[in-house]
Amino acid sequence: MNYKLASSPHQHVKRNTGQVMRMVIYALIPGILLQTWFFGFGVLVQIVLAVITALITEASILELRKRDFERAIKDYSAILTAILLAISIPPFAPWWVVVIGTFFAIAMVKQLYGGLGFNVFNPAMAAYVMLLVSFPVQMTQWLPVQSLTMHQSSIVDAIYAVMTGFTADGFSLAQLQNTVDGHTMATPLDAIKTGLAQGLTYEEGLQSSIFDGSLGIGWSWVSMGYLAGGLYLIRARIINWHIPGGMLGAMVICAGVMFLVDGDRYASPLFHLFNGSLILGAFFIATDPVSASTTNRGRIIFGAAIGFWIYVIRTWGGYPDAIAFSVLIMNMAVPLIDYYTRPRTYGHQKDAKGERR
Amino acid sequence: MNEIKQLSWQGLWKNNPALVQLLGLCPLLAVTATITNGLGLGLATTLVLIGSNATVSIIRNVVPNEIRIPIFVMIIAAFVTVVQLLMNAYTFELYQALGIFIPLIVTNCAIIGRAEAYASKNPVGYAAFDGLMMGLGFTAVLVLLGAMRELLGYGTLFAGANLLLGDWASSLKITVFTTDSPFLLAILPPGAFLGMGLLIAVKNVLDKRFANMFAAKQEAKVVQRARVTAET
Repeated sequence: MNYKLASSPHQHVKRNTGQVMRMVIYALIPGILLQTWFFGFGVLVQIVLAVITALITEASILELRKRDFERAIKDYSAILTAILLAISIPPFAPWWVVVIGTFFAIAMVKQLYGGLGFNVFNPAMAAYVMLLVSFPVQMTQWLPVQSLTMHQSSIVDAIYAVMTGFTADGFSLAQLQNTVDGHTMATPLDAIKTGLAQGLTYEEGLQSSIFDGSLGIGWSWVSMGYLAGGLYLIRARIINWHIPGGMLGAMVICAGVMFLVDGDRYASPLFHLFNGSLILGAFFIATDPVSASTTNRGRIIFGAAIGFWIYVIRTWGGYPDAIAFSVLIMNMAVPLIDYYTRPRTYGHQKDAKGERR
Repeated sequence: MNEIKQLSWQGLWKNNPALVQLLGLCPLLAVTATITNGLGLGLATTLVLIGSNATVSIIRNVVPNEIRIPIFVMIIAAFVTVVQLLMNAYTFELYQALGIFIPLIVTNCAIIGRAEAYASKNPVGYAAFDGLMMGLGFTAVLVLLGAMRELLGYGTLFAGANLLLGDWASSLKITVFTTDSPFLLAILPPGAFLGMGLLIAVKNVLDKRFANMFAAKQEAKVVQRARVTAET
């Protein structure tokens, strides 16, 4: 007989890091496909660039650190980081943006802290913030949804645009940003933010051609894609419901209260849920097992605080969206959250003061 | 002679005020966006260090122990004022570029640290030399960090050197690459922190290398004993 010795927790499905990371990547596929459909092949070009950069960086740094780079690359964590960063940045951003960002994510944020499992901050989001601070122009050049643009772009155009800044036909990025009616279009969150700043009401802001009801055309479909992938991850028990639940719940509560207080100046919860990258952030980014909280109660607090910060920054802050900033803020708070939410050890009881023994 | 050698080694490398003592980080991180700024602030700090160290050393036997710190601070402040007025007169644009960080040299802990730790206990010549070496060590780090950040951020080296060195120095400017979108992170404070961390890491790696090299040399002389037990 071959008795297997294992310590608790006795999980029956045996998965190693590589399998988990691969499943997360598979779960991203519906969202990525929809994003490609709505925003052009630039998305795929960015992913390819990011993955190549991530693999080279990870391998060379592990070689420098005299670690086994083959095993570390097979765990797919660098690839996942690269994909998350690539789908967060504008699809037609110049190639050096994603290359610098991925290098920063892997080399500085992950490996300098000790590699997988030791990074305090979420690598993809730290790199995103670095890029946003360093290259504000390139990082905010989102194109309008393909169905609204004047110039459709093929995959060849996408490669040319990312590499040289011009498509194969010689259109510049600024021209690609033009819509059929000749306007330069912003993202849904940006459009509402600018509209409110100009004195429009929320309802008037929604009249723009990029909206269909309160949902941005294209953007909401992409969010649905990621939502499907995220629900699959919960079903497959790769992630727990606590973080996404906390995040979406806090967002709905914050947005709902403010919308009820003044529906002209504050956007509805539905608007906040499906525009921008809240869904992607809730299911794929905040749930990073290394930099997120590790106890169940802690995860709810962690997620809810992220949702709260996103709402605060989106509504009163200087940036239209704030997944990256919020995740980084709460990454810093994780040790504290974990300290105060340690679960009761079986067989031990809380004493009168509520301190655990 | 040995003392002089020791002082140089301590100031420039082993006990470098910026890399090892981590003193004076505020100006170090704030002004090193270009080589010129770094060099300017470094030279100003060096001048103050030499002056204050020498003066503190001269009066070291007269000052009552209880009130030595205020007196040191006043001496340092006097020298900073001198340097500030000199820079205002001769390198006005650099004076404007460095702004508040010139008067803030007073609060640079490296200066009062040296006054307290070395100058107040040693003769004038050595104290002044210690100030010079500590200042040069500080300046070297400022220039190195400035070079890294300027290269990454603007793609140039020695831009604006004429502000410090006179008109002939404008030909020193080296343009490594030109870009429309500067790498802002390198120019902003986070770039200074990252660069400083990298410099400290490099210094530690080099130290370890040297230590290993010396250790290897010494070990070679030790006679190895034959191992008789079985290897497990």
